[in-house]
Amino acid sequence: MGKSSEIKLLGTAASPFVNRVQFVLNLKSIEYEFIEENLFCKSELLLTSNPAYTKVPVLFHENKPPLAESLIIIEYLDEIYPNIHPILPSDPFERAYNRFWANYIDTKFFPLFMEMRRTHSKEGKEAIKKQIIEASQLLEEAFVKFSNGKAYFGGDNVRYLDVVLGCFLGWIKFSEKRNEFKAFDEVRTPKLLEWTKRIWTHEAFKDAIPNTETLVNFYMMLQKYKP
Amino acid sequence: MADEVKLLSLLGSPNVCRVEIALKLKGINYESIPQDLVNKSADLLKYNPVHKKVPVLLHNGKPISESLVIIEYIDDVWKGVPVLPQDPYEKAQARFWAKFIDDKCTPAILKAFGMEGEQDATEANGQLQYLENELNVKGKKFFGGDSINLVDISASFLAFWVGAIEEASGIQLVTKDKFPKLTKWCDDFVNCQAVKDSLPPREALVAFFKGRFGN
Repeated sequence: MGKSSEIKLLGTAASPFVNRVQFVLNLKSIEYEFIEENLFCKSELLLTSNPAYTKVPVLFHENKPPLAESLIIIEYLDEIYPNIHPILPSDPFERAYNRFWANYIDTKFFPLFMEMRRTHSKEGKEAIKKQIIEASQLLEEAFVKFSNGKAYFGGDNVRYLDVVLGCFLGWIKFSEKRNEFKAFDEVRTPKLLEWTKRIWTHEAFKDAIPNTETLVNFYMMLQKYKP
Repeated sequence: MADEVKLLSLLGSPNVCRVEIALKLKGINYESIPQDLVNKSADLLKYNPVHKKVPVLLHNGKPISESLVIIEYIDDVWKGVPVLPQDPYEKAQARFWAKFIDDKCTPAILKAFGMEGEQDATEANGQLQYLENELNVKGKKFFGGDSINLVDISASFLAFWVGAIEEASGIQLVTKDKFPKLTKWCDDFVNCQAVKDSLPPREALVAFFKGRFGN
């Protein structure tokens, strides 16, 4: 499809926000060059290409100035390659509904896992687990509405929310093991649990979700540099 | 069938104001339904059960929440006077700046006034410099060029609320010598008709913040 020199992605294998963009590139069969960034010793490229946030992912397309923020990058890719595996629906209300839940996942759901990492007291962790479970319940209800009895948030095919939530599965599993709890389970979130199994084995996702070793190494660095 | 557009609103809310600007810019008739955020209405709980916040747009009974999501929806449905560029790259950049304003600028501004943690304007000065540079690079009146776009609308809090907070607190943040382009942009933005028609009364806002600062 796209030539490999056309798209470059600056990122870190362990970043779910980077994985998100990788899923979309995979789904659209777009070749790209991956430039590995060290988030604990940020490169000149990162500092100059995303000075406002100094975060990954950063997308370079042809000779255009760089683009940052994963959800914005995803919508951009969807607009420049609209005919290959569309990610967002075309109906305005459906688009708004999808964007609303992406915002929820990014501002309310996943930050709980980041907070969990920084919380050390037993009581603190229990309080966050409770919040995660409540949030998962909301996501289960959302999944039921979006999927309408089908396999994915996008229905028969993976679409926007499958990508937006799916990228966190590696870290969610890591946190579940480390903190001895289940964010998704058979009783409270049966449909989401089934969905996670499909995402883990999906062609476009399985190679982009980082393995445990990558996550453990990254986690150790986080604990060291950003406790 | 005529469109029925309602907005669950709150006087003085910058995020509600953003949506009103977009609606007025496009000449969309709507009914504003002010909400009580202390005793939340059945409608608010029904139409935004996740966050229970305003603004909520109801278009023919269908609810949309989150101000930037609402504005993109409005732009998708009502094509006249677009607030987003057509070009995908320009569109992505506009979305980036709008998100930057929410993620970085507004929290830093609150910190600069001591409204969130210890008073410290260092971060805000840095973030505002990005916006100043962006206006410099563009060399135009607005972030959207000759007319306002999503970025300008997202920065409503900066354009109007900050001035009121400066007056109420006695703390100066967006000064002409530090941010000449941004200062001019604030004046130009609040003078746009759609913005003028959507802003809350300044005196009431100043009085509200004076109360907050105990002045």
